Amino acid sequence: MAEIELRHVNKHFGPLQVIRDVSLTVKDREFVVFLGPSGCGKTTTLRAIAGLEDIDSGDILIDGKPVQTLRAAERDVAFVFQNYALYPHLTVYENMAFPLRAVRMNRAEIDTTVKSVAGSLGINHLLKRRPSALSGGDMQRVAIGRSLVRRPKGILLDEPIGSLDAKLRETMRVELKRLHVENGSTSIYVTHDQVEAMALADRIVVMHEGILQQLGSPADVYEYPANMFVAQFVGSPVMNMKTADMRETAGKVQVSLDGTDVAFDFPSELAGKLSAGKAQKDQLMLGVRPEGVLISRDAQDGYVELVAGIIEPLGSHDIIDLKVGDGILRARTKSAYVSAPGQKVWARIDPAQAHFFDATSGISLGVRF
Amino acid sequence: MTSLITTLDPRSRAASRGWSDTTIRNVFVIPTVAFLIIFNVFPLLYSLGFSFTDFRASSKAQVNLVGFKNYVDVLADPVIWRTFTTTLWYVIVSVTGQFVVGFGLALLLNRPLPYKGLLTTLLMLPMMLSPVVVGLFWKLIYDPSWGILNHALGLGRVAWLSDANLALYAVAITDIWMWSPFVMLLSLAGLSAVPKHLYEAASIDRAGKLYTFFRITLPLVAPILLIAVIFRTMEAFKTFDIAFVMTGQPAAELISSRLYKMAFQQWQTGPSSALAYIILIMVLCITNIYVKYLNKAKER
Repeated sequence: MAEIELRHVNKHFGPLQVIRDVSLTVKDREFVVFLGPSGCGKTTTLRAIAGLEDIDSGDILIDGKPVQTLRAAERDVAFVFQNYALYPHLTVYENMAFPLRAVRMNRAEIDTTVKSVAGSLGINHLLKRRPSALSGGDMQRVAIGRSLVRRPKGILLDEPIGSLDAKLRETMRVELKRLHVENGSTSIYVTHDQVEAMALADRIVVMHEGILQQLGSPADVYEYPANMFVAQFVGSPVMNMKTADMRETAGKVQVSLDGTDVAFDFPSELAGKLSAGKAQKDQLMLGVRPEGVLISRDAQDGYVELVAGIIEPLGSHDIIDLKVGDGILRARTKSAYVSAPGQKVWARIDPAQAHFFDATSGISLGVRF
Repeated sequence: MTSLITTLDPRSRAASRGWSDTTIRNVFVIPTVAFLIIFNVFPLLYSLGFSFTDFRASSKAQVNLVGFKNYVDVLADPVIWRTFTTTLWYVIVSVTGQFVVGFGLALLLNRPLPYKGLLTTLLMLPMMLSPVVVGLFWKLIYDPSWGILNHALGLGRVAWLSDANLALYAVAITDIWMWSPFVMLLSLAGLSAVPKHLYEAASIDRAGKLYTFFRITLPLVAPILLIAVIFRTMEAFKTFDIAFVMTGQPAAELISSRLYKMAFQQWQTGPSSALAYIILIMVLCITNIYVKYLNKAKER
C-alpha cells in the first residue's frame, strides 16, 4: 500500500488545458474521490496517475518515487475502467488470473489467490463464464476482482459503477466501501455523482475545468464549500444562490435577496465578519441549502412572509419553491407540511447554514456563525 | 419536418428518387437471378448429369449412362492423385505465405505511420490486377536468362519455372505476392476493431508486448483471420490461371490444370465432370472444418 502524490501537474490536449497545476497527496490506505462534472479533468488526472496518459509537466510520486516516466505496468497500480474492459475471450477466472499470469506467478498460487478474491466478491459461481454472460454488476465485480488479485500499491477506479442502474449502484457502493475497509488499499475513485462521493470518500477532491477546487472531508466540502462552484455542485437539491444586499437599520442587520424587498434577519456580527472577509458590498452572493431555509406555517418573529410555489414531495421530505421576486428560494420541509401551491408561509434563513461568496471570484468569504 | 423525414428514412429517400421496391426488383434482382440460373445453376446441374455418362463433347457417338464408373476411374488414376497432393502442398505453402506476409503487413500498418493511406492503397495494387497479367509478368521476372530475379539475387541461371523442384514454389510465391494484400486488408480491419481499452487494461495488468499479442490481439483477431484463410484456401485450391500461364512443368501441375486438360484437350467430358465434383466436395469439406473453428472462435 502506498501514498500517491501529485505536484504541480499540468496536461494539455492540443490547445485545451485539461489539468491545471494540480497538487495533492493521497495518504496510505485513504479513499479519495475525484468529483466534478464531465470534462473537468478528473478522469485524465486518474489516467495520468495510472500511466495511461502522459503529463506535460509536474511530478507524480508513488511512495515518494517519481513515476511519471514509468510505463503503466511498472507503476504497480490497478485500474478499474468505467466500461469494465474485461477480456471478452477469456473466462471470469482467466480474466482475474490475467495480471498474475502476465508476471508468471505459479499456477497453484494463482488458483488460491483468484479463488479467495472471487470468494470475497461473491462471484465464485461465475468463474467459468465469459464476460458476455454476466450482468453489469457482476462484470463490475470481476473488474474489481481483477484489480484486487495482484495486491497493487493503489487502486484507481474510473466511474466504476457509473453505467449500472440506480438500485445496483447503491448495492455496489456499499460493497466497494466494505472492500476498501477489508483491504485497506489506497484508492482513488472518479465520479460525477456527488452522493457516491459523499458516501465513499475519506476525502473529496472537487475539480472543475482542470483546476482543483477544494480538497476536504465530505462534511467539510458539504458544510464549508470553498467557492460557489463547489457549493452548487455538491448537495442535492442544489444550493440556493442569490445576490445579496446587506442593510443595517437600527442595529438590526438584514440581507435582502436578488434586489427584492424580501429581507432576512441575520445576527449583527455579520457586518464585521463580512468586512473581515474583505467583502465588497455590491459583490455579495448568499448561498443557502434548502434545509437552511426554515419554514413555519404561522407568522413568527424574524420570519418573512412568502408564497409557496411548486411542491415536490419526495417521501421523506418535501422541496418547496418559495417566490422571491421573480426568482425562487427552495426550502426543505417535513412531508406535506405545506399543503398546496399558493399557500402563505413564513420563512427564515438559518445563519449557521448560510454561505457568503464574492460574486466575481466566486470564493467563499469564510463567514461562519 | 418533411425534409428531415425524407433524409432519415431510406425507403422514402429511394422513393423520392423514383426507385420503388418493385423497380429495384425488376431492374436489378430479376436479371441477376436469371443470369445466375442460366450461367451457374444450370451448368452445375447439367455437368452433374454428364459425370454419370461417357459423353464426349467432341464426338457425336451415342451417350451412355455409366453410373459411378467415371468417379471410380478418376479416383483410381495415379496422375490425378499426384496432382491432388501437389495442389494440397501448393495450398499449404501459398496460404501460409499469404497469412504470414499479410498479417505481418497489417501489424506494421496498424500503428501511426506517415502516408499510411497511400501506403495501404499501394500495397493493395497486386490483388487488383488480372491473374493472367500477374502470371505473365512474373514469368518475365523468373526468366532464367534475363529475368530480374536471378539478376538481382545474383543466382546465375536458375530455371524457376521449368525446374521440377522449384516450379510449384515459384507459382506459390507469385500467388503470395498477389493475395497477401487481401489477408492484410482483413487483418487490418480485425486489428483496428480490438478496443483500445483492452490494451490499456493489459498494460495496467503488467502484460508485456508479446504476452499482450498472444493473449489479447491474436485471439480477438482470430475470427476475421479465419475468414481470410477460408477465402484464400478455397481460391488456392482452385488456382488455374496463374499456374497455367506460368508453367507447363508436370511436377507443378495443379488439379484445375489437370481438369482443364481432361475436359478441353482430351475431351473426356464425363470423367472431367466427375473430377470437378470431387474437387467441389473436397473444397466444401475443408471449408467446413474452418467454419467449425470460426463458429467456436465467434462464440466467445
